[in-house]
Amino acid sequence: MNNTYSETAPAAGTRKFDVESIRSDFPILARKINGRNLIYLDNAATSQKPRQVIKSLTDYYEQTNANVHRGVHTLSIEATDEYELARSKVANFINAPRPEEVIWTRNTSESLNLVAATWAEQNVGEGDNIVITAMEHHSNIVPWQQLAARKKAELRYLAAGEDGLLDISNLESIVDSRTRLVAMTHMSNVLGTVNPVRELADRAHAVGAVILVDAAQSVPHMPVDVRSLDVDFLCFSAHKMLGPTGIGVLWGRYDLLEEMPPYMFGGDMILEVTYEDANWNKLPYKFEAGTPNIADAIATGAAVDYLNDLGMDNVWLHEQELTVYAMEKFSALNEVKILGPKDPTLRGGVVSFIHETIHPHDLGTALDQQGIAIRTGHHCAMPLIRSFDVVAAARASFYIYNTKSEIDALVNGIRETEGYFSR
Amino acid sequence: MTGGMSGLSDMDDLYEAIILDHYRSPRNTAPVEEPDIDLDVNNPFCGDEFHIQLKVDDDAVSQVGITGRGCAISQASASLLAELVKGKSTDDVHTAVDLIRRLLKGEELTDEEADVLGDIEALAGVRKFPVRIKCALLSWIGLDDALKEFSSTK
Ligand SMILES: Cc1ncc(COP(=O)(O)O)c(C=O)c1O
Repeated sequence: MNNTYSETAPAAGTRKFDVESIRSDFPILARKINGRNLIYLDNAATSQKPRQVIKSLTDYYEQTNANVHRGVHTLSIEATDEYELARSKVANFINAPRPEEVIWTRNTSESLNLVAATWAEQNVGEGDNIVITAMEHHSNIVPWQQLAARKKAELRYLAAGEDGLLDISNLESIVDSRTRLVAMTHMSNVLGTVNPVRELADRAHAVGAVILVDAAQSVPHMPVDVRSLDVDFLCFSAHKMLGPTGIGVLWGRYDLLEEMPPYMFGGDMILEVTYEDANWNKLPYKFEAGTPNIADAIATGAAVDYLNDLGMDNVWLHEQELTVYAMEKFSALNEVKILGPKDPTLRGGVVSFIHETIHPHDLGTALDQQGIAIRTGHHCAMPLIRSFDVVAAARASFYIYNTKSEIDALVNGIRETEGYFSR
Repeated sequence: MTGGMSGLSDMDDLYEAIILDHYRSPRNTAPVEEPDIDLDVNNPFCGDEFHIQLKVDDDAVSQVGITGRGCAISQASASLLAELVKGKSTDDVHTAVDLIRRLLKGEELTDEEADVLGDIEALAGVRKFPVRIKCALLSWIGLDDALKEFSSTK
């Protein structure tokens, strides 16, 4: 299987990947939950933050705080430099050709909505179609449903097979000459499936369509290179990759961004305003109306530094190791059924499962009693969850600070819960 | 109360024996023929869902059937509800639903009020687990609303 993550530039890292030393960077891991050591396995929802990122926030507010791009005083210049440096770090992280292609947003959802409200608003018309997949997060479904309804366009789905993999056997007929946009998740937040982005990008481009990738679950966990993936838009959130909440990224190809109308209007995004009219500032500022989220952008830069020190190849390998281990341990739990690909190498560190007799919420409460945080519910992917004929699932998802012994604790926790409910 | 396993005994307040009993063997699940009220309620966030059917004669609930899927709390709560409403006047049902709401909000009930609820007081343990209160209340609120609507359209 030719997974796209492996086609990226090497990301070796300079720091030894030592989980104990990584763990010591995360203050929250010292917390007790219900008297037990916290075991945090809800990383697909949001990651924890290392000291380095928290410190970058406090340093900024204590040392540098000023508004950006306006004013000639020292603090404003420093704040602007740091803010723009963070943008460059993010651009390098995804191998973007130019930093101006990186637009700060609030999160993945806003990045997706931005494209829907600007590029798609201008480029999708009646009778056109938009292709998404059956394993999208609601954030990458609803904006396209709304757009399709508004434009009398068709929303098409690539199916997810029984094996949890994207079914691209009929790619040629689904992505056709009327396709304007393919919008797909790089990695499913429910199944863990890593999708063949490059293959879809090639097909999209062959019919003159544009491809957008929801990289909320991939950028935090594997090397992602927008050039080797050959995509046009990439969306992700800082909070899932060690960064703060409230900030996300839209990366777009320069020529596309140039053609797009602004998303919001106000200060910073204009070049010149008269009483009658205004014209738009250059990229990326055209899309950043008003005072931006300066502190969180800078802290996102610190998160990128942290991940680069470890090396994204090593991050991915660590999570692969945990996923292989978890799937092996889970196979001994007779009442547990894992969703998604059986082959751990085709998926990331997200393991969703259904227990035959214990509802995910009861399991979630019981594990919380043991200090173990997992996600329960529909995972913002209702259509996908329902396709398994259930209404909710449990999910354990891993990151750089998780260990095999935490997975053992999870498996024991499930066993204890089984014992409790069969008493 | 059955003692829980080592790490989980703090959950005993939530999963009292009576709750687990109703979860495993829910009461009044048979479908009601020609129901006066036939509704689905669900909480998409949890994935709890119910199908509630009632027959109302002379302003009293003569038959009830509730089926559903979801967590132990929601399913047991619905089964307790089904037991309670059978044969009750619609006013008595509203009173009981108000009591349950007050109980789960943390209010103390008088002895007479507690008597009205009987076994259902076992749900009070949910108060220690605030995120689960909605699981306990879902079927109650759904049924109460439907009954109010039914009475007002008659
Ligand atoms: C695949 C995927 N897409 C989009 C999102 C939405 O991210 P955010 O809530 O940060 O906008 C998530 C987050 O759960 C996700 O997992």
